[in-house]
Amino acid sequence: MAATLPAAALPQPRKLRRSFREAVERPLLTATAVGVAMALIFAVTPLSGLPGWALCTYVGFVVADAFDCYRTDGPVVAKDRIATILVSTAGVCTVVPLILIVAYVVSKGLHGVTKAFFTETLEKVGPNDPATVGGGKHAIIGTIEQVGLAALLATPLGLMTAVHLTQSRGRLAQVTRVLVDAMSGIPSIVAGLFIYTMWVVRFHEGFSGLAAAMALSVLMLPTVARTAEEVIKLVPNGLRESSLALGAPEWKTTLRIILPAARSGLVTATVLGVSRIAGETAPLLMTAFGSDSVNTNPWHGAQSALPLFAFQRVRNAIPSQIARGWAGALVLIMLVLALFTLARAVAARGRKGP
Amino acid sequence: MPEVDLLLEAARPLPEPRQITPGLTTGDRVFRFLAAAAAAGVLVILGLVALFLVLEAQPALKVAGFKFFTTFEWNPDGTPAHFGIAALIYGTAMIAVIALVVALPIAIGSALFVNEYAPARLGRPLVALLDLLAAVPSLIYGMWGLYYLQPHLQGTSRWLTDHVGFIPFFHTSRPVFGSSMFIAGIVVGLMVLPIVASVTREVLSQAPRGVCEAALALGSSRWGMIRSVILPFGRSGIVGAAMLGLGRALGETIAIALILAFNFKITTQILAPGGGSVAGLIANNFGEAGDAQRHALVAAGLALFVITLIVNTLARIIVNRTSKGKMED
Amino acid sequence: MTDIPAADVRIETAVLPDEPSPFTSGGGTMRAEGLTAWFGKHCIVAGVDMDMPAGSVTSIIGPSGCGKSTFIRTLNRMHELVPTAAMAGQVLLDGVDIYAPGSRPALMRLRIGMVFQKPNPFPTMSIGENVISGLKLAGIPCRDKAEMTERCLTRAGLWSEVKDRLGAPAGALSGGQQQRLCIARSLAVSPRVLLMDEPCSALDPSSTMRIEETIRDIRHQVTIVIVTHNMQQAARVSDYTAFFLADKGDPGRIVEFGPTGELFNAPNDPRTEDYIHGRFG
Repeated sequence: MAATLPAAALPQPRKLRRSFREAVERPLLTATAVGVAMALIFAVTPLSGLPGWALCTYVGFVVADAFDCYRTDGPVVAKDRIATILVSTAGVCTVVPLILIVAYVVSKGLHGVTKAFFTETLEKVGPNDPATVGGGKHAIIGTIEQVGLAALLATPLGLMTAVHLTQSRGRLAQVTRVLVDAMSGIPSIVAGLFIYTMWVVRFHEGFSGLAAAMALSVLMLPTVARTAEEVIKLVPNGLRESSLALGAPEWKTTLRIILPAARSGLVTATVLGVSRIAGETAPLLMTAFGSDSVNTNPWHGAQSALPLFAFQRVRNAIPSQIARGWAGALVLIMLVLALFTLARAVAARGRKGP
Repeated sequence: MPEVDLLLEAARPLPEPRQITPGLTTGDRVFRFLAAAAAAGVLVILGLVALFLVLEAQPALKVAGFKFFTTFEWNPDGTPAHFGIAALIYGTAMIAVIALVVALPIAIGSALFVNEYAPARLGRPLVALLDLLAAVPSLIYGMWGLYYLQPHLQGTSRWLTDHVGFIPFFHTSRPVFGSSMFIAGIVVGLMVLPIVASVTREVLSQAPRGVCEAALALGSSRWGMIRSVILPFGRSGIVGAAMLGLGRALGETIAIALILAFNFKITTQILAPGGGSVAGLIANNFGEAGDAQRHALVAAGLALFVITLIVNTLARIIVNRTSKGKMED
Repeated sequence: MTDIPAADVRIETAVLPDEPSPFTSGGGTMRAEGLTAWFGKHCIVAGVDMDMPAGSVTSIIGPSGCGKSTFIRTLNRMHELVPTAAMAGQVLLDGVDIYAPGSRPALMRLRIGMVFQKPNPFPTMSIGENVISGLKLAGIPCRDKAEMTERCLTRAGLWSEVKDRLGAPAGALSGGQQQRLCIARSLAVSPRVLLMDEPCSALDPSSTMRIEETIRDIRHQVTIVIVTHNMQQAARVSDYTAFFLADKGDPGRIVEFGPTGELFNAPNDPRTEDYIHGRFG
C-alpha cells in the first residue's frame, strides 16, 4: 500500500479565515441601523448631545450584534462576541487620548511658535504686549543646560552602578538593586524638595540651574541604572570569557568589550532617561525657580526651563501670556516625543544588528 | 599488592581545596572600587534624601505633632499654627482611586487585545503608541485636562449628578462642575494607563500556552479560554500592576495642581470643585512660602515619600512573585 | 457502520444534544484526503490520504521532523491557530468536511478531542472541576455532575486513586495521573474521535502502561488516532499504523498504511522496513 506521490506541484491552500470585509460587513450594517434608530429616538425625546448619541449607539450595537449571534450560534458564541467587541474597544481607546492631546496642543500652540519664540526672551515684555512679542529663548537654553548637566551627572553614575550590579554578588549589590527600584518611585516633587532643603537652603546656594540638574539626575539615575543593567546582562557570556582567555584584565574586558557590545542599549537607556526628565516641572519649581531673562550660567542664579516656562505662563490671567505658554508646551511635547522615538529607534536597530 | 593499595586509597580522606587568589591587577582593583563606589553612591543619595527631608520637616512636625495627620486645615503661618494633611491624604487617595477605576478596565482590555485578539501587524504599533502616551509630560496632561477635558465634561458631570446623584459620591450641593476630583482623577487615570497596561500585558503573556491550547482543544471559545485560563493565572499580577499605577498616581503633582481648586474639607462630592493632593499642595504654595510654611510643606513631602515608597515596594513584590512563581507550568 | 443520530452529522449547527451521551455511538469515522499543511512558505506535510475507521486505534509513526504532529493538528483544526499556518485538502468526520466554509471550529472540537504531549490540567481548578471543565466551557448542561465525573475518571483509569480527593488541586497529581485526568476531561464532552499527540513520551513506563490500558478500554466507544515515537507502543495498542517520512527538504508524506500486524511483520516499502529495524530513526 505504498503511496508515493510524484513530485508534482503542491495544491493551493484553502481559505479558512473570513476575510476582513466579510467579518466587518454584517456588524457595519447593524451599527448603521442602530445609529439611525438612535438618531430618530434622540430627535423625538428630550435626550440630546452628540456624545449621548454615540454612547447609546455603541450600547445598542453591542446588544443587537450579540443578540444576532445568540440567535444563530447560541449563548457561548454570543458571550464570546460581546467580549471581542469590548476588548477591541479598549484596545482602540488607548490610542484616542494620545491623538486628542497632541492635536489639542498643536492647535493651541502652533501659531505661537514663531521665529521670535526661539530668539527672544520675556525680559522686556509687558502685560499689554501681544503674544508675538517676546519668546522662550531663555527657557530653551535653560532646559538644554539643566537636562545636559543632569545627564552628565546621572549617566556615569548609573552605568557604573549597573556594572557593579552585574558583576558583584555581594551584599552591596543586593541592597543597591532593591534601593534603585525604590528610588525609581520617588515622586518628582520629593526629589525637588530634597535638593531644595539640602542645597538651596542649608548650603545657602540659592536657586540655580545646577540645583535643577541635581534634582533631575536623582530622577534619571534609577532609569539609567536599571535599563543598563538589563542590557549588560544580555551580552553573551562567551564574549567575556573569550576576552579573559586572551589574557585581558577584567576591567579592560568590561570597558572595551562588554560595554561597547551593549552600546545601543546603553544609548537607549540614556535617551529614555533624558526624555523622562526633560518634561518634568515639579522639581524645577523649587530649584531653578524660573526667570524672565536669559541666564547662561547654570551654577548661579535662577534659570527658566521649558516646562517651567509653560507652567508659569499658563497660570497667568492674561491671554497673551497663556498663548505663549501653549507655544512653550508645544515645543516641549515635540522635543520629548522626538527624544522618546529616537530612543526606541536606537533600541530597535540595536536588536536587529550584530 | 595493588588491591590493598586501592582500598587504602579509598579510605584516605579527600584533600582540602586549595586557596586560589584571584590575582587582580591594580587596574582591576581601581575599577571594582569605582563601581562599588557608584553603587554606594546610590545608597548615599537615598539616605541623604531621607535625612534632609526629616531635618527640614522636623520643626513643623514638632509644632503639629500627631495632629499633622488629622487636621483639616492648612495654616502654618497663623498663630497658633494649625495645619494637617488629613484632607489631602483623603484627596490623594480619592484621585488615585478614580484614576484606577478609569485605567484598570481599559488597561486589562488593551492587554488582552494586544496579546490575544489583534494580529501582530496591528499589535506592535498599538504598543508603540501606548508607550508614547507614557512619554507625554505631566504638565501637558494637566493643561489638556484643564482647557480641553474640563469644559467637555461639564455635560457629563451634570448628567451624573442629575441621574445618579442619589449615590453620595455623585451628589453636588451647588450646580458648579469643574476643578473637581472627578476630572483630576480621569486625567491621572490616563497618565497611569500606559504603565498598568504594559505590566498587565507582560503578566498575561506568561500564561502557560499548553493549558490555553487544552482549553481550545476542548471546544472552548476564545473568551472562554481567556476567562478560565489567562485571567485566573494573571490575577495577582494584575493586582501588582494596579498597585504600580497607584504608586505613580500618588506622586502626580503638576496635573493636579493645575486642575483642582484647593480646599481643605473632606468632601465625598467628587464632581464639585475642591479636594487636593499632597503633591499639588506643595507645588501651589511653594512660591510664596515663608519659613514655617516651608517646613510644613516639607513635612507633607516626607509623608508622601514614605507612602509612595511603601506602595511601590509592595507592588514590585507582588509582580515579581507572579512572574517567578508561575514559571513552572 | 453504527447508527449515527442525524443531529451529530451537521457540524455547523448549534444544536447539541441535551444530555451528553458518551460511549454509545461507537466512535466516528475520520478520513484525510490530499491533506497538505504549511507554516508560511514551508510545506510540512503533503498529499496525505488516510482512513481512520470508527472504533479503531490508528497510530502514526515516523522519525522526528516528518510532520506527524502537524498532521494530527490538522485533524481538529488546531493547526490554523498559528498565524502563518495554511492547509489544503479535506478532513472528513463521518463524511462531512470539517473545514467546510461556515463551520465553527470550536463546535467541531467537541467532536474531535485532543490529548497533548505535556499534561496540561487547568492549574487553578480542582480535579473534579477539571473533569467537567469542558462541559462548562461549551455551555453543555449536565444533570448529574458527580456521576459524569465518576464515569469519566473510571474510563480513564483514575477514579480509584482520586475519588477521595476530588477537591484537591489538579497540580498535586503526578505526571501520569495528570495525563489520565486530561484524558478524562476530554472524554467528558463525548467526542467521537480522540487525537493523542505523543501522550506518553513525558511519562514513566508504569504510567505509560496505564494509559495504554485506557486506550484499549475506550477504543470501541471513541475512535483513537495516536502519534507515537515508540514503535513497540504502536505495535501494542493500534489496529492500523501509518508510517510517515520526510526526505531532507521535502514535505512529509505517508509512505505506508495498513493493519498494524502486516506493517510490522511484512512491510511493503523498503523504507518502512528500514525504519522498523532501526536502521534510521
